[in-house]
Amino acid sequence: MRRLIRFAFDDVRPADEEVLTRMGMPGDAPVAPAVRTLLDDALEKIAALAEPRGVFQSISKADYEMVYRGEGRNAAESPLELIAPRAEALALFVGTIGENTGKEIRTLFRKDDPALAMMLDAFASETTNRVAEALSRTFLHELHGQISAAARVLPYSPGYCGWHVTGQRALFAAIHPHDIGVTLQPSCLMTPLKSVSGVLVAGDAAVHRFRPQWAFCDECRERDCGPRMASVRS
Amino acid sequence: MSFDKLRFAIQDGDAAAAKTLTSALVDSGSVPAEILNQAMLPGMSVVGARFRDREIFLPDVLLAARAMKAAMAVLEPLLLRDRVPSAGAIVLGTVRGDLHDIGKNLVSVMLQGAGYRVVDLGSDVEPDAFIDAAVDEGASVIGMSALLTTTMTEMAAVVGRIRERELHGRVRTIVGGAAVSEAFACEIGADAYASDAMTAVDRVKAMMAANPSI
Ligand code: B1M
Repeated sequence: MRRLIRFAFDDVRPADEEVLTRMGMPGDAPVAPAVRTLLDDALEKIAALAEPRGVFQSISKADYEMVYRGEGRNAAESPLELIAPRAEALALFVGTIGENTGKEIRTLFRKDDPALAMMLDAFASETTNRVAEALSRTFLHELHGQISAAARVLPYSPGYCGWHVTGQRALFAAIHPHDIGVTLQPSCLMTPLKSVSGVLVAGDAAVHRFRPQWAFCDECRERDCGPRMASVRS
Repeated sequence: MSFDKLRFAIQDGDAAAAKTLTSALVDSGSVPAEILNQAMLPGMSVVGARFRDREIFLPDVLLAARAMKAAMAVLEPLLLRDRVPSAGAIVLGTVRGDLHDIGKNLVSVMLQGAGYRVVDLGSDVEPDAFIDAAVDEGASVIGMSALLTTTMTEMAAVVGRIRERELHGRVRTIVGGAAVSEAFACEIGADAYASDAMTAVDRVKAMMAANPSI
């Protein structure tokens, strides 16, 4: 199964609080009127500029194991080695919001408007994460009737949880996301910048559960595995 | 007219007021260097301190930086006319193979807010381009940014080229970015590491104090 999906902005629009959190504001901090104006201006821009789209492609466990192995630079032990074999279905994915928002962010910096540039950047990053979530929802929907009712889909990406970022080379060789306009640079950076790649894993909450006590957890800057696991608990 | 109003306009992130007040101060005969040193830079200093103490957050800091820029647009030609030296020059860029520039841009905004002249080379910058710019611009600090572990290795190439070109000690380096760490900075022989833009300003200040120009 291979699906290319173009999303409406509203399908992937992050909540204001998520954008403000990405900007480093604590959830309970009061939002000053000037900051609210920035948020509204950034929303207006991203709604007009973002072109959220993604592609996913089913993959067997055996083929995924090869993709995961990549260039042999993964952590010696990692959660995905336990999660993927227990999954009910897997699909590789790449998602993006396109290039236009990035261009506008650079223009705003050049025009000496760092505040709006940064707010738009935070919006763009969160929207890109929502594209991965929207792809997960679509994959789950497509699997309806073929997997257990308790199954939930979560995206996992190279560069996280012991899956080395160079793993993207094998991933791109398998999925060829040029139809959504995403390319992988020799440095393993995707263009457009606001893009994500990885594997969609379908399985019940127990499949996605792991203890964040791996060697690489200390260096992790995100530490969002707890909320992710909680999100699939029914 | 007192400098306090301008200082507060910058602290409050009011760009329109900052611009008007700067023009008014100039028109009333205030010395441009004094406007900079007694109103604008202290205003940004307060913003930095309040950010560190978590009294205000990044959007507030960026609004203050926008106000600072608006005031600087009025003042800059006069500072040049009066030959007022900047606090120092720093060459900044995102390393070869990397296009993520938002972190670098933030560092640039904060350094300019602290009175430094920033020579921003953009992203995907070749190692020698950093060094050539430092030599041409008389900048004693090179700042490098990178997003991924696969691109941050380029920072080592720049540090290596500085040694090969026998500029070590005259040109210092500071590195940062999401995947960069203090340990990595040490490992490649960079002179400083900063985890965020405010810390970057502190580190640059310390390096410039020891070595103001190349
Ligand atoms: C000169 O001196 C200095 C001094 C200080 C300096 C400096 C220079 N330069 C920066 N600083 C410092 O000051 C700045 C201001 O405070 C800071 O600059 P930053 O640039 O770090 O900060 C920006 C202002 C805001 N911060 C950011 O934009 C990055 C934040 C985090 C959460 C992040 C985000 C938001 C995103 N990402 Co992703 N992302 C992560 C990040 C984890 C984290 N918490 O840092 C990181 C960078 N990402 C990572 C990964 C793996 C990836 N991401 C990806 C995608 C994304 C999003 C699109 C969802 C989004 C935007 C990315 C973008 N480049 O625009 C992918 C790559 C994208 C691409 N185009 O190739 C992908 C590869 C995942 C995938 N397979 O899809 C990790 C890199 C790990 C590695 N091994 O390299 C990562 C560290 C997360 C993690 N695993 O912990 C400081 O670093």
